[in-house]
Amino acid sequence: MSAPIAADLPAKVETPFRRLASEFVEDPLAVIGAVVLAIILLVAIFAPLISPQNPYDLSKLDILESRLPPGAKSMDGMTFWLGTDGQGRDMLSGIFYGLRTSLAVGVFSGICAMAVGMAAGLVAAYLGGRTETLIMRLVDLQLSFPTILIALILLAVLGQGVGKIILALVIVQWAYYARTIRGTALVERRREYVEAAVCLGLSQPRIIFNHILPNCMPPMIVIGTVQVASAIALEATLSFLGIGLPITEPSLGLLIANGFEYLLSGRYWISFFPGIALLVTIVSINLVGDQLRDVLNPRLKR
Amino acid sequence: MSSGFAGPTLEVRGLRTHFFTRGGVVKAVDGVSFEIGKGRILGLVGESGSGKTITGFSILGLVDPPGRIVEGEIRFKGENLVGLPDDRLRAIRGDRIAMIFQDPMMTLNPVLRVDTQMIEAVRAHHPVSTKEARARARDALGRVGIPSPDERLGAYPHQFSGGMRQRVAIAIALLNNPELIIADEPTTALDVTIQGQILYEVQKLCREGGTSLIWITHDLSVVAGLADHVCVMYAGKIAESGSVDDVLDRPMHPYTKGLLGSVPSRNKRGSPLAQIPGMTPSLLNLPDGCPFAERCPRADGDCRAALPPMVEHLPGRAARCIHPHLEGRA
Amino acid sequence: MTVFMVRRLMQSVVVLLLMSVIVFLGVFAIGNPVDILISPDADQIERERAIRALGLDRPIWEQYFVFLVNAARGDLGRSFVFNEPALRLIFERMPATLELAGTAVVISLVVGIPLGLYAGLKPQAATSKGIMAGSIVGFSLPTFWQGLMFIMVFAVMLGWLPSTGRGQVGTFLGLKSSLFTRDGLAHVILPAVNLALGNTALIIRLTRAGVRETLLQDYIKFARAKGLSNRRVVGVHVFRNILIPLVTVIGLEIGGLIAFAVVTESIFAWPGMGKLIIDSINQLDRPVIVAYLMMIVLLFIAINLIVDILYSVIDPRVRLQDVKG
Repeated sequence: MSAPIAADLPAKVETPFRRLASEFVEDPLAVIGAVVLAIILLVAIFAPLISPQNPYDLSKLDILESRLPPGAKSMDGMTFWLGTDGQGRDMLSGIFYGLRTSLAVGVFSGICAMAVGMAAGLVAAYLGGRTETLIMRLVDLQLSFPTILIALILLAVLGQGVGKIILALVIVQWAYYARTIRGTALVERRREYVEAAVCLGLSQPRIIFNHILPNCMPPMIVIGTVQVASAIALEATLSFLGIGLPITEPSLGLLIANGFEYLLSGRYWISFFPGIALLVTIVSINLVGDQLRDVLNPRLKR
Repeated sequence: MSSGFAGPTLEVRGLRTHFFTRGGVVKAVDGVSFEIGKGRILGLVGESGSGKTITGFSILGLVDPPGRIVEGEIRFKGENLVGLPDDRLRAIRGDRIAMIFQDPMMTLNPVLRVDTQMIEAVRAHHPVSTKEARARARDALGRVGIPSPDERLGAYPHQFSGGMRQRVAIAIALLNNPELIIADEPTTALDVTIQGQILYEVQKLCREGGTSLIWITHDLSVVAGLADHVCVMYAGKIAESGSVDDVLDRPMHPYTKGLLGSVPSRNKRGSPLAQIPGMTPSLLNLPDGCPFAERCPRADGDCRAALPPMVEHLPGRAARCIHPHLEGRA
Repeated sequence: MTVFMVRRLMQSVVVLLLMSVIVFLGVFAIGNPVDILISPDADQIERERAIRALGLDRPIWEQYFVFLVNAARGDLGRSFVFNEPALRLIFERMPATLELAGTAVVISLVVGIPLGLYAGLKPQAATSKGIMAGSIVGFSLPTFWQGLMFIMVFAVMLGWLPSTGRGQVGTFLGLKSSLFTRDGLAHVILPAVNLALGNTALIIRLTRAGVRETLLQDYIKFARAKGLSNRRVVGVHVFRNILIPLVTVIGLEIGGLIAFAVVTESIFAWPGMGKLIIDSINQLDRPVIVAYLMMIVLLFIAINLIVDILYSVIDPRVRLQDVKG
C-alpha cells in the first residue's frame, strides 16, 4: 500500500505526499515494516524464479527425502535450508509459493472488497433515504457478527475453491469499507468545496469521483492495509481448518496444517517456518498500516 | 496603583515557557513579568496564541510536554513555584490557587456527578468527611447563584446549561477559599447577559473574600469593567502594562492602540473600523526585532533590529516599544 | 428504562427473525437436503414419499413457517450424524465453550487494561513502545499458528501442560466447570491464553488510544487544577471515560471469542460447540449447523442487550436520552 505513495515522491517536491512520507519515516518500526513488506512482495512475485525447487512438480519430489530437518542435503546435493515436509518437498520453496498464493488471495479480495464497499458506501451517502437505510442495516448486521463465523458459514454452503474463498472474503470485508466511506463522504459532502462544485453546475458523477472520492482516500488506505492483513490471516485460518483453499493451491495456512500431525513428534519445522512467514507478512502490513493511520489522522497532531 | 500592600500575592518574573515540538521551539511565553496584590484583579489581555493561557497554566504547573518552563520565577506569597516538587505544587493547586477554564462544556467530567467532582476537590486538600465536604459543595453552589443546590448536586454536567456549568466550575474554584483565582476567558463561550451576571458575581466574591484574580481575556470591554490593572500580551511577551484606565484611555503601544481601535463602539459609528493589518506572527520563528513591527504603522529599522526592552515610560506605565504614543503627555 | 428495554427486546426479535430467514435460506434452500437425508440407492417412489414426509414439496415460505414453528418449540431438527436433537447437542457442548471464552475474556482484561493504561499514560517510555510493538505482534499472530506453537513449546518441548482435551470437571455451587479442578485448570490454560492473545492486544490498543484521547480533554486538566492526586485523576476521571468504549468492544469481542473458539477448540481438541460445528460442516450435518447458528445469533443478541444496559449505566448522557426516548 505504501509503494504508490513512495513512487510519487521524487517528481513532486511540496506535495502532501512528501510531508506524509517524511512523517512516515519517523517511526523506525514502520520503516522496517515497509522494507520487509517490499521484500516479501518481491519474493511472492518472483517465487518461481528464486525457489530452489518447484514444490508442486511431483516428479521432483522424493518420498525418501520427506521430513528432513533444516539444513539437510538432498541426494543430488541441494540443501533444504528449512527442511522438507511429509512428501519430501523443500519447505523454503513451499513457503515462497505459499506466500504467492496467500498474498494474491489477500490483496485481490481486498481490492474487490474495497471496490464493492466504496460503491455501496458512496451510493448510501449520496442517495440517502431508503437505499441508505437498507445498505447501512446490512452493514450493521454484517459487522455485528465475527468475520470468521460468516466466512465459515459461507464456505460451508459454497464449498471449496479459490474463487469461493475470495467471494467469502469480499462478503466478509466490504462492510468495513462501506461504513467508513459513507461516514467520510457525508462529512465531505457538506464541505464548501462540494457546494462550490455544485454551484459551478458540475455533474453528480463528476462531483463524486473527482471531488468527494479523493478526499475519502486516506481512511480507505488505512482500512485497506488492515483489511488485507486480516484477509490473509482469515484465509490461512480457513485453509488450516480444511475449508479454505484446496490442496492444489497451497497457501501458508495449508502448509501449517500439514505440519500439525508432525508437531507432536517434535518435527516442528513443517509448521513453524510457514507460520513465521505468515506472521512476518501480517506484522509488517500492520506496522505500515499503524503508522499510516497516525500520519493520516489529523486528530493526533500535536 | 503601585504600592499600599506588603507583598504581592503573586509575582511573576521573566517567565519563559517553551514548547519543544518537531518543527522547532515554540516560545509560547517568552519573558513575562507581572505582579498582583491581595484582593486585586489583573486583566491579562491578548489575541489567541499570545501566550496568555499558557501563562495561567505555567503558574499552576500544568504545562504538558512537550512544553516546559525554561526560565523565570513565579513567587506565590514569596515562595517560588517553579521547580517545586509535584506533590507540593499539587497541594497548592485547587486549594490556594484555583483556575476556571474557558469552555464550561468541556471542564466538567461528563461521566461523573457534580457532587463527586466537588467533594473530591475538597477532600484532596482537607481531611473532612464526605458529608462535610458535601455541605461545603452545597454552600459553594449557593454562593454562585445556583438555585436548589441540594438537588443539583446529584445531577450530571449534561443536565446543566452552559452558564450553569460555568457557575459550577466557579463554585469548584471557590470551594477551598483560594487566595488566587486564574480565570481563563470564563465568559467567552456564554451569552452576553449571563456573561454580565458572572462577571458581577466573580468580582463581588473576590472583593468579599480578599481573593486575587487574574482574568485572562481577549475582550478589552470585559477588562474595562472588571480589572484594576492590565497587561496586554503579544506573541508571548507583555507589550504594555498599567492601570486599566491609563492603558485603555491612553494606550502607549501601537498594538494596544490598534486593538482598542478595532473594537466597535457607539461613538465610532459611521466611521470605518480601524484594523490591524497583517496576522499574528508564528511563534515558531519570530523575527529578531519587535514581533509587532510587521504590522505596526510606526515601525522603522530600529524596531526590526532588536527586541525593544520593556521601558517604564511613565510611573507605573511600561511598554515594550521604542516609539510609544506619548503625545500630549510627559 | 422499561420502555427502553421493551423497545430493545422488540428489535432483538426482529433481528432474530431476519437471521432465521437468512439461515434458513442459506442452509436449507442452497443445496438439496434430499441428497443427504435419503439414501442414494432409494428409488423414485421412495424419494417422493420422503420428500412429502419432510414437507420439501411445499412452497418455500411454508417450509420456512414450519421451521419457525418448530424452532419456537425448541425443535431445530435431529442431527444426521448423532441421531440426537441438534439443540441438545449444542447445549451439551456450550458450557465448555463458554468456560473457555469466559476465561479468555478475564485474561485479556486483567492483562490488557493495565498494560494499555501504562502505554497511554507514558507514550514515550521504552516500556510503552515495547508494549505497543508486542500488541502488534499479538494482533497479527494468527490464532491457529500461535496455538500450534503453544503446543510445541509447552506441551511437546517443555512438557509442562497438557495439549488436548478439557481435563477433569469439578462441581462448585452446582456449577460444573473444569476451572474447579487442578487438572482442569492445567488443561484450560493453553487454549484460554491462545484464545485471549489477540483480544488482549486489541484491549491494550483500545485502552491506550482511549487514555491518550481522554488526557487531552479539558476536564482532565481541570481535575488536575483542582489538585487531585494522579491516582485519582487516572483511576476515576480517565478510567470512567475509557470504560465506555471498552465495554462496547468487550461485548462485541465476547461474541468474537465464542466464534474464534472454533479454531482454538479444533487445535486443542476442546469439546465445545466450535469443534462440533467444524465437524458438522465437514459431515454436512445441516440441522446441527442451523441449531448452532441460531444459538449464536441468540447469544449475540443477548450480549448486545447486556452491553446496551451496561452502557447506559456507565454513560449518564445515554441514560438521559433513553428516558426521553
